[in-house]
Amino acid sequence: MDFTFTDDQLAFRDSVQSMLENEVTTTSIRERWTSDSGENADMLAMLNEMGMSSLLVPESCGGLGMDLVDFVLLAEACGKAALPESIVEDAVVAGGLLADLLQLGTNTDQVQELLGAVAVGEARVGCAHIINPYSNFAQQKDWMLLANGNDVHLVPRSELKFTALKSVDPSRRLQKIDWTPSRKTRVADGEVGAGLQRATLNRGALAAAAQLLGLAQAMVQQAVDYASTREQFGKAIGTNQAVKHLMADCAVQIEFAKPAVYRAAYTVGVAPQRADWAVSHAKTAAGAAAELSARNATQVHGAMGYTWECDLHIWVKRAWALAKEWGDAGFHKNRIHEWLLQPNALLGPEFTFGKRYIDNSDSAAA
Amino acid sequence: MDLLYTPSQTHFREEVRAWLAAHVPAKKLASFDTAEGFEQHRQWEKTLAAGNWGMVTWPKEYGGRGCDLIEWLIFEEEYYRAGAPLRVNQNGIFLLGPTLMEYGTDAQKERFITAMASGEEIWAQAWSEPNAGSDMAAIRCRADRDGDEFVINGQKIWSTRAVFADYAFGLFRTDPESSRHHGLSFILVPLDSPGVTVRPIEQLNGLPGFAEIFFDNVRVSDFNLLGGENQGWQIAMSTAGFERGLMLRSPARFQQASRKLVELYRKRRNDILDLSIEDSVVRCYMDAEAYALSTYQTASRLVAGGHIGAESSCNKIFWSELDIRIHETALSLLGARAEVEPETVEDHAELGTWLDGFLFSQSGPIYAGTNEIQRNIIAERMLGMPRK
Repeated sequence: MDFTFTDDQLAFRDSVQSMLENEVTTTSIRERWTSDSGENADMLAMLNEMGMSSLLVPESCGGLGMDLVDFVLLAEACGKAALPESIVEDAVVAGGLLADLLQLGTNTDQVQELLGAVAVGEARVGCAHIINPYSNFAQQKDWMLLANGNDVHLVPRSELKFTALKSVDPSRRLQKIDWTPSRKTRVADGEVGAGLQRATLNRGALAAAAQLLGLAQAMVQQAVDYASTREQFGKAIGTNQAVKHLMADCAVQIEFAKPAVYRAAYTVGVAPQRADWAVSHAKTAAGAAAELSARNATQVHGAMGYTWECDLHIWVKRAWALAKEWGDAGFHKNRIHEWLLQPNALLGPEFTFGKRYIDNSDSAAA
Repeated sequence: MDLLYTPSQTHFREEVRAWLAAHVPAKKLASFDTAEGFEQHRQWEKTLAAGNWGMVTWPKEYGGRGCDLIEWLIFEEEYYRAGAPLRVNQNGIFLLGPTLMEYGTDAQKERFITAMASGEEIWAQAWSEPNAGSDMAAIRCRADRDGDEFVINGQKIWSTRAVFADYAFGLFRTDPESSRHHGLSFILVPLDSPGVTVRPIEQLNGLPGFAEIFFDNVRVSDFNLLGGENQGWQIAMSTAGFERGLMLRSPARFQQASRKLVELYRKRRNDILDLSIEDSVVRCYMDAEAYALSTYQTASRLVAGGHIGAESSCNKIFWSELDIRIHETALSLLGARAEVEPETVEDHAELGTWLDGFLFSQSGPIYAGTNEIQRNIIAERMLGMPRK
């Protein structure tokens, strides 16, 4: 039993985080809002250089073959920076599905080649899921993994038609995708396809949850900084208990969302068949923490918090979007509810961790 | 990160489970806030001690098993799973014990821990005074040095378990010229000393769970001074703070309660008209789990030689508000039957101990520093917001 990150994992997080702090300025984010692609090419190159694209790619395809526990802190750091580029979803969701396909042995050559290209930053693959009506930055991907019923397809950009939509978050570039499924692009079907889509949903929700954790912390930090310098009645507004308690409430929710997200990262990797409950817990807790932080940080900023000029809304709007992407609170609470009602669900303190939790041996004999 | 138990941890769990199955009294003990129940619970402490289960984290020479914090959490999980009696000596074993281990002399440890472990001496706490509640540094109760003794005069209040306990520990002002948190000392006081008057205070459930203590020239040997004279504040606030917090309210308690809540919900859900109950049940279960995850995370860090951060101040708010929510939800599921004292109706299985637990849950956000004080601490020490 060891619920800690290694020194290496923490050091990698620190180096990615400090790169993002230096490079992802609010000015550069606002520049993206008015550019065609909404992305910064230099940033994509830097993320590749740091290994963000290759980290989760299997070693057999030229990647680093690391796991989601290695990646979850990096995803959190990307959220903290409000990074607009969709590297987290690309690596965790699309990368995860490609790795699943490789393991299943379907279209091995094509998948292996594609993963190899992803690892060196020469190909970009995105992944859509039925739970999301639109797909962020889909038009910038060379390939999209798409679902049609139980079937999973790997479709080149040339066969897709995009309709752009505007998100409340100007950093996001949503696209509706129209396409025609064909035999040629199908890479999985039937039960296998359905299973891949379930796993994809969990990886997407985990990726969102980790970023929401980072977003929440960044918003609280900005509100704390503002409250410590903004003066009224001759003193910093942050000296008032009413203001302090708004921030403390966020801190409590964030602290108890963190281990839920880290546990989900572990479970998705080690026991994907048992991950639904862990992921739904993580997404619900991180989503609630981020939404509360968005609300309270805006409040602490007063009228400034309601302006376009104040940078806070870069984070606030991302939190609003990610809290509902990959399953909103209703969806995830429902999954937990269903699980709690199963007559043979293993409930209670002795099942938080351990082999039974992992092994899927759902017998009430305890 | 490896979230599986080691074979030896699993073996330890089995050992705890087997021992508890063989020893936990079949009949529920009377409340330890009655004279009869107090003695029953003292006997239970003796039973635990006889099996070396009194405080598994203590060294073997003090009746413990030298367990680490992960094993402690496992022990607690099994303890709550077995429905074992509440710990009447929790002030001693969870609060004073770790402090004695850190600051006590060998002679003090030998004298007090041994009797604490065996259940021979049950402890009360004596922090608050009528004008020193949230503002504990306003303590006025005096302990004046007279040779190798202290002479105590003054009053303490809200002293948990003081009505039937043998000893109390607390902070006393040993330097009459001092103010605030200077000049306080941590002293252990036998409650049968001449000059001690204990006046019970009935709690919300009508039982005398705490008391006022009046001291009228009470003489206590300076052997009972824990740590340095006038250094009491530092000891009371010591770094052991978190560990003590972790021990006092380990997550198993809330996980067990939320498991029972789910069982009650399964039985009653078709009769419930309030749709928000489903959400409450899900949230309670999730939050109890989150508290466990957070505790394991912290325990892992400590076992690996790490330290507690300021974020631990979030714990008390989280579990105390969770405890209220669990019980509110259970009472909502029971509907109009919720107000009935279970022992007054024949068919009381479903009523369980929810009403009792609900009453107790009301105290959570108040004791050990109100949640408003905790929020100030989080804002100032964890987030760095300005004091003035």
